[in-house]
Amino acid sequence: MIKQWFKSGEPWVWLNAAAVSANLILVVGLFTLIAVRGLGHFWPAQVVEYGYKDKDGIATVIVGEVVDTVVLSAQQAKDANYEILAGGDSLEQRLIKTGNRDTTGMDFHWIEQQRISGETYPADMLVVERREWGNFYGRLVAVKEQGKTIASGAQAWPIAEQKLQTALELFEEIDKMQQKDVGAINYALERLRLKQKKLQLKNQWDDNAKQELAAQEAEYKQQYQSLQGELAKLNEKIALDSIVVKEASGKEVEIPMSKTVRIYQPNEMNVFAKILHYGEKVVEFVSDDPREANTEGGIFPAIFGTVMMVMVMAVIVTPLGVVAAVYMREYAKQGFLTRLIRIAVNNLAGVPSIVYGVFGLGFFVYILGGNIDRLFFPESLPAPVFGTPGLLWSSLTLALLTLPVVIVSTEEGLSRIPKAIREGSLALGATKAETLWRTILPMASPAIMTGLILAVARAAGEVAPLMLVGVVKLAPTLPLDGNFPYMHFDRKFMHLGFHIYDVGFQSPNVEAARPLVYSTALLLVLVIIGLNMTAISIRNHLREKYRALDN
Amino acid sequence: MTTEQTRTHAINMSSLGRDEQKNTSEKEETCIEVKDLNLFYSNKQALYGVNMKMPKKKVTAYIGPSGCGKSTLLRCINRMNDLVDNVRIDGQILLDGENIYAKSVNVADLRRRVGMVFQKPNPFPKSIYENVAYGLRIQGINDRAILDEVVEKSLRGAALWDEMKDRLQDNALGMSGGQQQRLVIARAIAIEPEVILLDEPASALDPISTLKIEELINELKETYTIVIVTHNMQQAARVSDYTAFMYMGELIEFGSTNELFTNPTKKQTEDYITGRYG
Repeated sequence: MIKQWFKSGEPWVWLNAAAVSANLILVVGLFTLIAVRGLGHFWPAQVVEYGYKDKDGIATVIVGEVVDTVVLSAQQAKDANYEILAGGDSLEQRLIKTGNRDTTGMDFHWIEQQRISGETYPADMLVVERREWGNFYGRLVAVKEQGKTIASGAQAWPIAEQKLQTALELFEEIDKMQQKDVGAINYALERLRLKQKKLQLKNQWDDNAKQELAAQEAEYKQQYQSLQGELAKLNEKIALDSIVVKEASGKEVEIPMSKTVRIYQPNEMNVFAKILHYGEKVVEFVSDDPREANTEGGIFPAIFGTVMMVMVMAVIVTPLGVVAAVYMREYAKQGFLTRLIRIAVNNLAGVPSIVYGVFGLGFFVYILGGNIDRLFFPESLPAPVFGTPGLLWSSLTLALLTLPVVIVSTEEGLSRIPKAIREGSLALGATKAETLWRTILPMASPAIMTGLILAVARAAGEVAPLMLVGVVKLAPTLPLDGNFPYMHFDRKFMHLGFHIYDVGFQSPNVEAARPLVYSTALLLVLVIIGLNMTAISIRNHLREKYRALDN
Repeated sequence: MTTEQTRTHAINMSSLGRDEQKNTSEKEETCIEVKDLNLFYSNKQALYGVNMKMPKKKVTAYIGPSGCGKSTLLRCINRMNDLVDNVRIDGQILLDGENIYAKSVNVADLRRRVGMVFQKPNPFPKSIYENVAYGLRIQGINDRAILDEVVEKSLRGAALWDEMKDRLQDNALGMSGGQQQRLVIARAIAIEPEVILLDEPASALDPISTLKIEELINELKETYTIVIVTHNMQQAARVSDYTAFMYMGELIEFGSTNELFTNPTKKQTEDYITGRYG
């Protein structure tokens, strides 16, 4: 009976189905975990006010957001030297984000549930998101303009919101001016300096050149002066307003509007207000620059860097891989040597990625980049231009890493094209190259795209080699901007994968960074899915177009 | 049979073949002349001293059992065998008196003069229009007006125009097998070759499509010299003016179709056409 069942092949079907389900569950579980953890971070939490009596019997008030809860059994608690008060058989600990780092020194506290004497959610509890020092929790006392109180008590809140709006607009203006206009002038001045040095090196630094450069420099300096004047005015304007907030201990703190990103009263918000707040935070996360050692603000530069790097890599790896595959499949004599090369290429795919990183650093950065600097950028020495890790070298290193994938799938595609098609083209008087270019390569393009999809998937998630050849924790400028030559291949860039590592394990503020690890991981997965979807849709389109001969 | 013997045998055979041609070559202008052609795949000899003269604007059919070398001989005429690794060819093939195996000959140019249609229809995965225009585009002709004209002319020439004139931009792979084969013929005649080689062009087609192809061959011989390989003796009898019977890599007999089918001079030929082997 059992034997019969085994013979029927039924168990195999079940085994296969089980394996598929296990895989599916793992993938869905992983995605759900990072999605829930990552997306939950942006939801405005209630701010709780606890009456608390600590171990020494001193009564305090603790205000903050409950971040985490841990329950220890009595035995565990005893082993960890915690005291359990009468009647308890377990110990509940809560992690509270109390903020106010500037006044208390730390913004996360573990407290014991058994010592809490009162729990309230006051409606007037205010959260101030600041550009420095993290969140501030407290009650709004007054709004000040030029040091004078203009509103207090109940009227303070609407005025504060209004003032914040103007302050934010001003801040944006200042920021744009500093990033764009002042940045452009600095960039131009730096180019002038390099030009001068170049001329000096070439012994062409004569009076003519001197005058010309001096005139240009004077012009830039003048522009700079006028910009500085405007900036000073704006800075003065933004520094006028401030709010006074009273923290739980009763201490009043004045927070200038220029240092404020957002103020809100979470306990009073309804669902719609919370959804709105949530949306704002998510948009900020994907479109803003990071703040506070990457633990606050957005990760736009990392998204941009990742996508940019992958695209440059794709542009490099595709022609290289296709040309290599075409040579091996179409032109090279099939023999021992070709077989050897093919094996070598396949094995190249198995080399650990950090090895590529070391190679990239040694060959691309030091040898290639160093020589490029000596030959083409002698004026900026000893400061390196290409002789230092950067976007180009990262893309090249990853192109090398993903080259085998592209070669293998292109070869596969070429070998699947029927001989009849080649002969048909040759019989019409086409040369081999014309046949390749007009017929074979277009027909192999879906296979090439498949290779590219695999390459992109691998490259986008690769971090280890990038740490050696171009990724940084915080890049002051994007690799693409409005300054000539627009695309700066020599610049270092930020990367989502490295950002996860940096935020998760190199951050000074572990508790604040943890949810960001999930959010960033989620975003990385989404970016890779997005890149792949694009490539897959292109491939499917090509497949439809060059449907191979079936009959 | 030793190689030595085979050789002598081959030479005897081919000299006989040459005698036979005399009466035909006097009346007709010769288009392709095969002279002492030997072909080897690695060490295996596939053609033994073939000699024949194929007249201009006539249909010459090669018949013979499978593996007798008729396709190989056909593929020598546009040098398609060059694509095979380790192939060695001795002897000459003269196209209008010029040796196509001479060093100075450009293979791509030769193939423009000698078009070929294969056993299985092999249209490119492009539109019908682009399939026909392919050969011209290779030559760098991209002028829309010229292409339009040639496409129409070629499709008319292949008896496809009326069926396909509204579907020119459709993918050629959507056509039926018979249509595809006629498209491939249109593609071949679009570059106006002198010779068209047909390698069992109807063997993958149904009877009605086969009939259409045969009608087409009859029309095409007004303009082109045609060489056709076929398994089907009735087909050879229907479409060809001259027939060559090949066996084991040798040309056994070559002559006008009528004569060869009604009054074969060789015993082997007679055996084959009466169905005693093959």
